[in-house]
Amino acid sequence: MSTIEYADFKSRPFYGVLKPASSVAHLVVAEGEGAQAVLDLVAKAPADFASKATLLYAEGPYVSDNSNREALRALGFARFHTSATAAAAVPRLNGTLERLRMGTQVYLTGNESALSLFVKVCTDAGLDYQGLQTEHRGSLARRMQCVHCKGITEEVTTQPAECAHCGLLLLVRDHYSRRIGAFQGVNINAEDPSDVPAKEEIFR
Amino acid sequence: MGSTASLPTFKDGTYRDDFSFKNSPETVLRAPFPFDKDEYMYAVNMELHKDGRKGTAYEQPIDVDEHYVAEMRDRALVLDEDPLRCQSQPHMEMAGWDTLELLMECKAASYPEAFSLERDGDQWHWINRPMGIDQRFTFGDATTLPYGPFEYITRQAQGDFVVLDERHGNLWMDAGMVTTQADWSLDFDIGMNFFEWHAPVPLAHEKGIFTRALKYLLAVQQANPARRLNWTMTVNPRLDTSPENYHQWGPENTHITPENVADKLFLRIELQSFWRLPRSNAILFPIRCYLLSMRDLSTVPKWATRMHRVLKSLPPELSTYKGLDNFRGTAIDWLSQFDDGSPTSSGPFPD
Repeated sequence: MSTIEYADFKSRPFYGVLKPASSVAHLVVAEGEGAQAVLDLVAKAPADFASKATLLYAEGPYVSDNSNREALRALGFARFHTSATAAAAVPRLNGTLERLRMGTQVYLTGNESALSLFVKVCTDAGLDYQGLQTEHRGSLARRMQCVHCKGITEEVTTQPAECAHCGLLLLVRDHYSRRIGAFQGVNINAEDPSDVPAKEEIFR
Repeated sequence: MGSTASLPTFKDGTYRDDFSFKNSPETVLRAPFPFDKDEYMYAVNMELHKDGRKGTAYEQPIDVDEHYVAEMRDRALVLDEDPLRCQSQPHMEMAGWDTLELLMECKAASYPEAFSLERDGDQWHWINRPMGIDQRFTFGDATTLPYGPFEYITRQAQGDFVVLDERHGNLWMDAGMVTTQADWSLDFDIGMNFFEWHAPVPLAHEKGIFTRALKYLLAVQQANPARRLNWTMTVNPRLDTSPENYHQWGPENTHITPENVADKLFLRIELQSFWRLPRSNAILFPIRCYLLSMRDLSTVPKWATRMHRVLKSLPPELSTYKGLDNFRGTAIDWLSQFDDGSPTSSGPFPD
């Protein structure tokens, strides 16, 4: 795994490496390249890990290569669900969390935008974020809240970026809210709307 | 405490549209001018908030001035447009009652002609004459008030209010009424700890400012409130400089000219205080905003001289963070007429 360089600021979430916990049950939620983190996790775990575990896998939009999915299926999880995107996984994740057995360890992995969403869904369901295991795999794409219209834009890769809801051009700030599960977007050219800075692909 | 004050006639100014807000000469002189020397850098400038100097904004623990009614009207307009400006996490209800008690007790003790509070067990009777409110309610029973206790009382108190819950050796911003803010979002920051919500501030983390400030705040005890001052500058007397509406007020930042700078550019002073609450053990953090135009400042020669020197020597990162880059030069040019280079007396008060 290559070393990822994170912008360092005090509200920034940091992620670890998934480690099998000795708990009664496991819930694993993965997106895209997080598939490899799940394979690594299971490789480190006792043989009965998957038989006590649920896996929700968001393989990414319009994926034609199903090798990740099949590799994960082969692990023999007791319950295995796939979805196209992280956002599409949310209803099933919510349903799983509602039935979650006390003492279940939760593992989350994927790109930064997907992690933001998964952590938020889990904490909204009443789990303490400090009890969640997270591992970042894939892009630094950010989940962004528009401070003006409050809409959330998923998978933001450029700076600045357009709000998918109100269309304002937003500076993606180095400021993160765990409650909202998003970085903050603030209109970049409010003082002079005719000044339109070029977008750069920086969250890769 | 102990001393009481009578209130001036309330003014009718606006903080939006035609911006008819104006300070009387007395209100200028009582302002909490934030610079005690000729240059500015971050510091943990905390002090006890008691026994305030007579005739200043520090005299009463919760200051009420001539803009009270107008400011509360502006708050109501902000809340009509955006209810997310007042939020309270479910575990903060007790801190809301603490806040209500503190503000009612302080106001009734300081300004008995304007406010009164009668308590008979949990049956309370609150009168707010400037706002025409006469309310009987049961302390601890939110169904007897038109809003939750925190929102109810902070709709009747100038300045923003944030409530900090103490856990794990940190302070968590878990409730707030924020409509007079210098460009930060309660909706985004609520739930964050002390270091997280200060993440965007440049230079101060490296200087250890927040570590020391947190230590000081965790030690604040009941009956010994603390305070500090902060400042920025605002174009037009706009209280609600929110990030939510930045795309609407942002263009005004480019409207300062040598001709209008005296009356259109304002020093925005924040008198921040910190109160340990008795039942919840939370800390109430009022952030009270005072606006002084450059012309207001020029009526106090020492303040105009000092403002000139502070703006000239301000580190560029701070100027950018505070959003002053568009007009700082114009303000320095206008204020230079009040600076003959001679030394200023020490301390913040007028000579």
